[in-house]
Amino acid sequence: MSSLLEARDLVKHFPLKGIRAWLSAMGGGARPAVRAVDGISLRLAPGETLGLVGESGCGKSTVARCLLRLIEPSAGRILFDRTDLSALPDEPLRRLRRDLQMVFQDPNASLNPRLTVRRTVDEPLRLHTTLTTAERQDAVREVLDRVGLGPELLHRYPHELSGGQRQRVNIARAIATRPRFVILDEPTSALDVSLRAKIILLLDDLRTRLGMTYLFISHDLATVKYLAHRVAVMYLGTIVEEAPTRELFSKPLHPYTRALLSAIPIPDPDAKRERLILAGEVPSPIDIPTGCRLRTRCPLAQPVCAEPVGLREVTPNHFVACHLV
Amino acid sequence: MRETSAMAEAVVLRRERARRARLLWRRLTKDRLSLAAGGAIVAIMLAALAAPWLAPYDPDATSASDALQRVSLRHWMGTDVYGRDLLSRVIHAARVDLLVALTATAVALTWGAFLGAVAGYRGGWMDQLVMRLVDTIMAFPAFILTMGITATLGNSTLNVVVAIAITHVPIYARLLRGEMLKAREMEYAEAARTVGNRPARIVFFHLLPNCVPPLIVQATLAMGFAILTVAALSFIGLGIQPPQSEWGYMTAEGAGYIVSGEWWLFLFPGVAIMVTVLAFNLIGDALRDVLDPRMRGVR
Repeated sequence: MSSLLEARDLVKHFPLKGIRAWLSAMGGGARPAVRAVDGISLRLAPGETLGLVGESGCGKSTVARCLLRLIEPSAGRILFDRTDLSALPDEPLRRLRRDLQMVFQDPNASLNPRLTVRRTVDEPLRLHTTLTTAERQDAVREVLDRVGLGPELLHRYPHELSGGQRQRVNIARAIATRPRFVILDEPTSALDVSLRAKIILLLDDLRTRLGMTYLFISHDLATVKYLAHRVAVMYLGTIVEEAPTRELFSKPLHPYTRALLSAIPIPDPDAKRERLILAGEVPSPIDIPTGCRLRTRCPLAQPVCAEPVGLREVTPNHFVACHLV
Repeated sequence: MRETSAMAEAVVLRRERARRARLLWRRLTKDRLSLAAGGAIVAIMLAALAAPWLAPYDPDATSASDALQRVSLRHWMGTDVYGRDLLSRVIHAARVDLLVALTATAVALTWGAFLGAVAGYRGGWMDQLVMRLVDTIMAFPAFILTMGITATLGNSTLNVVVAIAITHVPIYARLLRGEMLKAREMEYAEAARTVGNRPARIVFFHLLPNCVPPLIVQATLAMGFAILTVAALSFIGLGIQPPQSEWGYMTAEGAGYIVSGEWWLFLFPGVAIMVTVLAFNLIGDALRDVLDPRMRGVR
């Protein structure tokens, strides 16, 4: 499989500061850190959508920001179309950003309140193309039209738009330069339920029309099921299961995935289903359990779970990190 | 077809701008006191600009026969010991005081905002360097430092500007650093990077404009303080030099005549200082109410 974007053993630790961290380091222990992303590998084929799911705080957004180098990964490599992003100096990276875009989670916070819609969407074109002002103006209209916004909104400011319109502007800005890879960081979580389906349909339509590749980050399994070709499930900074979408939803293998899926309501009172309920809360990413990270909460945990565990290909293209599978 | 829609857009744009301007105007004028303060500032500035045409006499023309005239229809504010018309001198003095305060505020604002923005966005050693520099300036009582600078450099008008600017830089640097720390965590700062902006453009084009309202408020309030400092420096003889008419120096001159009954000599320049500073402070408070929603309702 040729890949457009590949991450190998991506790590992002945020070292703790303060007296406690210092004392612990003095005491000979490892310097404590928030291990937000702890060795993640991803591969995205051109044109596909990979869903990345997990609870809040499991490190999904950190992965996204590391992939685009909005924050510097602590370790690991990121390859984009044979370019090593992780070692790219600032200026080439900046130029490459026309191909690497992101739709942010909160449309209210991700648009500059002082820029009109036109200037927001125009900016990537100005930075990355040699189009004239007039050509760019046409391009902005065209992009807005693609995301379903009329030219009457060109001179509006973000606070004069509805939530859905803002997110469409957000999408327009991301796709203006026709990027090859777009990260969607929970693009619908801040929207009304009634708007979500529309935005999801729009995003899927845009991907096929413009031939983009998506990394779709979400904790909303229903939208992932619709949009993603493959799904990776994240727990406490690692990937615990990865499989084609249909397979993952019909035959989840990892206890964590099973627990997530059993939390989706089914609109059928007689449906028989497995209910797997995890105990307690997510452990702190500072004190991660040894061995399998889920073992402190897993109802199926065995003594063997204290041993380290990695992703294994259980059936073709279905990877699981669990001793018991 | 394209043309008509572009024209319609232009109309919409113009209407939008007009609506926004009206809104700001209405909020500013709702408060009678700030309206009066604004009026006072406009009047003082116009008087300063039009001083040569507005002043009834040459401010520097001495006349031994007219010395120490009381307030009269010929001399609305009386005359001083050299027979110079006080009204003319007070009007001309407004030029110096406002110009010095305005220039000093502009210089301090530019440097303070620049340093604070860079320190706040970059963080690390840059932040440490700028903030320790600012702390050093702030370790001195502001007026003592201003006095020291003018005393060392020599008390030319330019040096008064420099001295006030230096003591005012920390105000803006600290304010902007704080605002920038907040702004750089905003998602739109991240979005600006993702789109492919260079750091300088993110700071000065994307983030700085969002920090402007508190800056305007601060500058207006500091402007009143700068006028007070110019006057105070001149009062003790370290500021603007005679025979240039300047409110602080005139007050000092007049102070010597209080006992002998020539009250107008210190009163009118003193009132000019008070009204101007008060007006700037009031308008600063009003601007804060309008521009900074967090402070709304707090008095």
